[in-house]
Amino acid sequence: MSASKVIQAYYDDDDVLMHAVKTVKAAKHHIEEVYCPFPVHGLDKAMGLAPTRIAITSFLYGLVGLAVSIVMMDYIMIQDWPQDIGGKPSFSYIENMPAFVPIMFELTVFFAAHLMVITFYLRSRLWPFKKAENPDVRTTDDHFLMEIEIHDNEKELKDLLSDTGAVEINVSEKNSH
Amino acid sequence: MYTFSNRLKIASFILMAVGLLGIGIGFVSAPGTVEEAKAMIAQHGDGHGAAEGHDAVATDHGEGHDASHDEHLLHQLQNKPWAALYVAAFFFFMIALGVLAFYAVQRAAQAGWSPLLFRVMEGITAYIVPGGIIVFVILVLSVMHMNHLFVWMDADVVAHDKLLQGKAGFLNPTFFLVRAVIFLGGWILYREYSRKLSLRQDESDDNASFKMNFRISAAFLVFYLISESMMSWDWIMSVDPHWFSTLFGWYVFASMFVSGITVIAMVTIYLKSKGYLEEVNDSHIHDLAKFMFGISIFWTYLWFSQFMLIWYSNIPEEVTYYVTRIADYRLPFFGMVAMNFLFPVLLLMNSDYKRINWFVIMAGLVILAGHYLDIFNMIMPSTVGDQWYIGIPEVGAVLFFLGLFIFWVFRALSTVPLQPKRNPFIEESKHFHY
Repeated sequence: MSASKVIQAYYDDDDVLMHAVKTVKAAKHHIEEVYCPFPVHGLDKAMGLAPTRIAITSFLYGLVGLAVSIVMMDYIMIQDWPQDIGGKPSFSYIENMPAFVPIMFELTVFFAAHLMVITFYLRSRLWPFKKAENPDVRTTDDHFLMEIEIHDNEKELKDLLSDTGAVEINVSEKNSH
Repeated sequence: MYTFSNRLKIASFILMAVGLLGIGIGFVSAPGTVEEAKAMIAQHGDGHGAAEGHDAVATDHGEGHDASHDEHLLHQLQNKPWAALYVAAFFFFMIALGVLAFYAVQRAAQAGWSPLLFRVMEGITAYIVPGGIIVFVILVLSVMHMNHLFVWMDADVVAHDKLLQGKAGFLNPTFFLVRAVIFLGGWILYREYSRKLSLRQDESDDNASFKMNFRISAAFLVFYLISESMMSWDWIMSVDPHWFSTLFGWYVFASMFVSGITVIAMVTIYLKSKGYLEEVNDSHIHDLAKFMFGISIFWTYLWFSQFMLIWYSNIPEEVTYYVTRIADYRLPFFGMVAMNFLFPVLLLMNSDYKRINWFVIMAGLVILAGHYLDIFNMIMPSTVGDQWYIGIPEVGAVLFFLGLFIFWVFRALSTVPLQPKRNPFIEESKHFHY
């Protein structure tokens, strides 16, 4: 846990924020974080964040769900208590497969969706009773906040940020994770 | 303004000429008598070295049914060139109709992303006029007993069939053609009127034409959903007049919708590659590819829903549809599911791939081939039975209609500027990005 000084610039419009982010990036400063009351389209690209990999996890979770449904239906309907499905008592998984397709589909979607959401929460370090990380309650209402770490360039950053249309600029101590 | 390049024009004429030759060969080589038909089959059997197996089966069956069986075989072989022609004619017509539906949806939804593509869609829907007339002529020739695609048109068959007698109030040649005229008339009327309004909007100084287009598009969609469904019963489902499926109209709709969207994407990418449609960006292609992906899954959903209910209940009169297809059409039947479902799902799932133009074209070619097979599987089993083959008549018919389609669509595209001037959403469409 090391304390560092950060500069926090407030904006009250997402378009102004987008321009500010682009200006700061163009001036080669590293943006620590941007806090927004709602998702701003294209902000991740402007900040230079790495593309999300959550789609890959979702695909893998889907495959897990598909596998679970196949094994589960095979155990329930074929192995443990063989069922006569649709008047076709073949007791073969592959021959009765059409009857299991809706379950295979549903469990694929169920696993993909739920596990993806849980992954997203964990990756965003969100869990019950978690203390909010945003430095100012106004970022949940109508203000956007850009946070930049200071490396002996407080004056330069302040000038740059006030030029970008920030409505308020604060400097504060922050404990990094 | 797009100019129809000579190379493409010549290519379309060559396709039409080669296709016409193939269609001609198909008709000339169809057998005229029972003896010829039997000779063709015998030759075919020898070629595959299956003569011994056939002999054993033939002696088991005895002689009683032979005459009627041979007559049936003759009819199947005589139907073959007709069915090949009909499948290809309907397939390309259906592409234009699918695009028309997509276009009407964009109009009725007042979509902001798509106006840059409206001229492309209007160009493709121009084919609805020649394509619709050709399909109609084939239907009229069927009614005139030039072929036996629709068994219920044969008075002798109906006289011995209680079920067909019960359906005769709806399924009779006169009403059949009257319905075809109403459907085609409605679609062509909307297409021509909407196109006229679309062009008028460019020249006017208010939005009256645009608003009018919105209203008629919404009204058209109501008409389309009913007429398209009935068209699929008439033109496709009735080749097998004992069998019925309540979601058949939706199933055919999904097929035409995804084929149409695929062709919009392909024509757009082609025009872009030639330096036209400068304002169309990757996000427009991405959106079209998303539709290709989504509607492919929708198609599979309907295909499977129809299959599973019939498979599950296992009622003889219904299940015969799939029994014949799985017994005699195993490769096209399951191959089509792979092409129309597995392939687009795996290829177009990744977001980045939807922006790679050649990738969209390649996926589109497979989707179109898959949906040709889909129509093939709908028409062939009840018209030619197990005598199907994708040979000269089938490929020839596809080439002919492909040539005609290319010629007509690109000719229509070259008549007006490719970018609408005064569409109220044109700015939004230019700035569309995802």
